[in-house]
Amino acid sequence: MSSKILMKGNEAIAESAIRAGCQAYFGYPITPQTEVLEYMARRMPQLGRVFLQAESELAAINMLYGAACAGVCAMTSTSSPGFSLMQEGISYIACSMVPAVVVNVMRGGPGLGNIQPSQADYSQMTKGGGHGDYKVLTLAPSTIQELVDHVGLAFDLADEYRQIVFVIADGMLGQMMEPVELPEMRELRPPPAWALTGAKGRPKNIITSLYLNAPELEKVNQELQAVYRRIEANEVRYDSYLLEDAEIAVVAYGTAARIARTAIRRAREAGIRVGLFRPITVYPFPYEALAEVAGRVQEMLVVEMSAGQMLEDVRMATCCRVPIRFFGKMGGVVPLPEDILAEIEALAQGKPAMVAQKGA
Amino acid sequence: MVEAEKQERIVFSRPKALTDTTTHYCPGCIHGIVHRLIAEAIDELGIQDRTIGIAPVGCSVLAYHYFDVDFAEAAHGRAPAMATGLKRVQPDKIVFTYQGDGDLAAIGTNEIIHAVNRGENITTFFINNAIYGMTGGQMAPTTLPGQVTTSTPFGRDVRAAGYPLRVCELMATLAGAAYVVRRTAINPREIRRLKKAIVTAFKVQMAGLGYSLVEVVSNCPTNWGMTPIESLEWLEKNMLPYYPLGDFKVAEGVENL
Ligand SMILES: Cc1ncc(C[n+]2csc(CCOP(=O)(O)OP(=O)(O)O)c2C)c(N)n1
Ligand code: SF4
Repeated sequence: MSSKILMKGNEAIAESAIRAGCQAYFGYPITPQTEVLEYMARRMPQLGRVFLQAESELAAINMLYGAACAGVCAMTSTSSPGFSLMQEGISYIACSMVPAVVVNVMRGGPGLGNIQPSQADYSQMTKGGGHGDYKVLTLAPSTIQELVDHVGLAFDLADEYRQIVFVIADGMLGQMMEPVELPEMRELRPPPAWALTGAKGRPKNIITSLYLNAPELEKVNQELQAVYRRIEANEVRYDSYLLEDAEIAVVAYGTAARIARTAIRRAREAGIRVGLFRPITVYPFPYEALAEVAGRVQEMLVVEMSAGQMLEDVRMATCCRVPIRFFGKMGGVVPLPEDILAEIEALAQGKPAMVAQKGA
Repeated sequence: MVEAEKQERIVFSRPKALTDTTTHYCPGCIHGIVHRLIAEAIDELGIQDRTIGIAPVGCSVLAYHYFDVDFAEAAHGRAPAMATGLKRVQPDKIVFTYQGDGDLAAIGTNEIIHAVNRGENITTFFINNAIYGMTGGQMAPTTLPGQVTTSTPFGRDVRAAGYPLRVCELMATLAGAAYVVRRTAINPREIRRLKKAIVTAFKVQMAGLGYSLVEVVSNCPTNWGMTPIESLEWLEKNMLPYYPLGDFKVAEGVENL
């Protein structure tokens, strides 16, 4: 029997992780995601699982790395400045091919910035972030229900590909409340054969990211790239809204996408044929699906809470096949539906055909 | 009588917990001795199949090739954090880190202090050779005043570069430390003492008493620019006065182990 309960985004992240079988959580407080840590502090010990407040994000990500080496499902969460600190560990974990989940509830930057919602870590998350050639599968929910679903999915994908997986939210999603349906509590899974559990009854296991021999490291890199190709082939996720007959496609993810939906609804009321294309995985980015959309619409509007980081991926997907207009807010400023509506109207006015004739 | 004399008895062989891989350590380097002693201790305690090691960044970065136990390789300085994660999810395992002075006392100072202070039930073997070996002989936090390194070409000037960090003295002030001792390996007597400390450190962990840390005042003949013998003499004459051997913290209950 399932029923909906009202939950704050950050608490939903924590509860969802617990239900997905997260056996260990390591974190360091940073607004706007500290409630994840606080929730874990209460619930994990009650369940006999591991909670530890680390002395820094550097330590937290390395504790996560250690627990992941033991083959348990483990997670950390943070916000932008903390995420920057985690880059070192993320690069090591990526090379070592151990599964782990990291949630980044983004805030305004660069630097200490502020604690308002932002999407300005997009490039850091989708284009590497740390050193070396690696990529991280990144899920970008836009509702609290999706947050719950994506955290569970992140654990599955991490296991399936033996990779670190990101779930990205922002201060808005972390702090708002919505009704959610929570999944059933899963059984904790046993550690996989490669895990460091003491070499009882088997040869020793080693987990390392060191390959002094260049051709050997190239091979490791090739294996990693092969995993990324598999992820790109199988895990591209996106969503669309009123896109079938649209002449304008708004492209946005996460919080920006949910605000864009409101603007699109209003624009439709005014007779403008506009729809939404929403990447759910921002790596792998839905290039092909967006290219297909580009072939059908006359204009695109990219909306981001950043200076235009996803914009580059949109350009790449569409190969200049369609004019792209960009609307971005920075520094923790959240776009209003009216802002986006005004952009849509401006686009439509330039092209009269886009506005359906009254009574037609 | 003659028959008994003929019977062969093995008095010395490679410990089971060491692989037969040839190590890459320079001739005369104490790293190799400490590896052997740790492996002997693991054998004697019968913990090979439940021990997990964490290698540092530094000359011992490849330690996972040499020990026949499960092993992970950490980022520079982060071994205590990784060990914390490993141990917290498997409290029944024996987890140790092996770290140099650059790894533990420079880039990883934060991680070691907090892991010890939390009283993590893990063990650290800390090799203090007063220099960065692997990167070719730069100043370490433990480099002595006046000591010439590639990055203190005129000798370490404490007014510019600060003072050598005494790790045991620092760690002994932390409540979570159960066993903090400094040893060396410059002669058979000191090697026997070091071995005993290594065994005790593991026993402290097995008994769940808290953090155990064994510092080994060590050498680096290569980057000190000395023969192995000269390096041991230099160590004794210069390092031991600054880094006195001894027990800095022995918590209640350790004596009876
Ligand atoms: C983040 C980072 N910074 C710097 C280095 C380069 N590095 C490798 S080993 C080392 C010094 C190691 O010295 P120590 O820990 O004293 O060990 P030893 O080699 O003397 O045994 C440094 C600085 C690195 N690998 N990673
Ligand atoms: S460089 Fe120094 S510390 Fe490293 S193996 Fe050689 S002698 Fe030992």
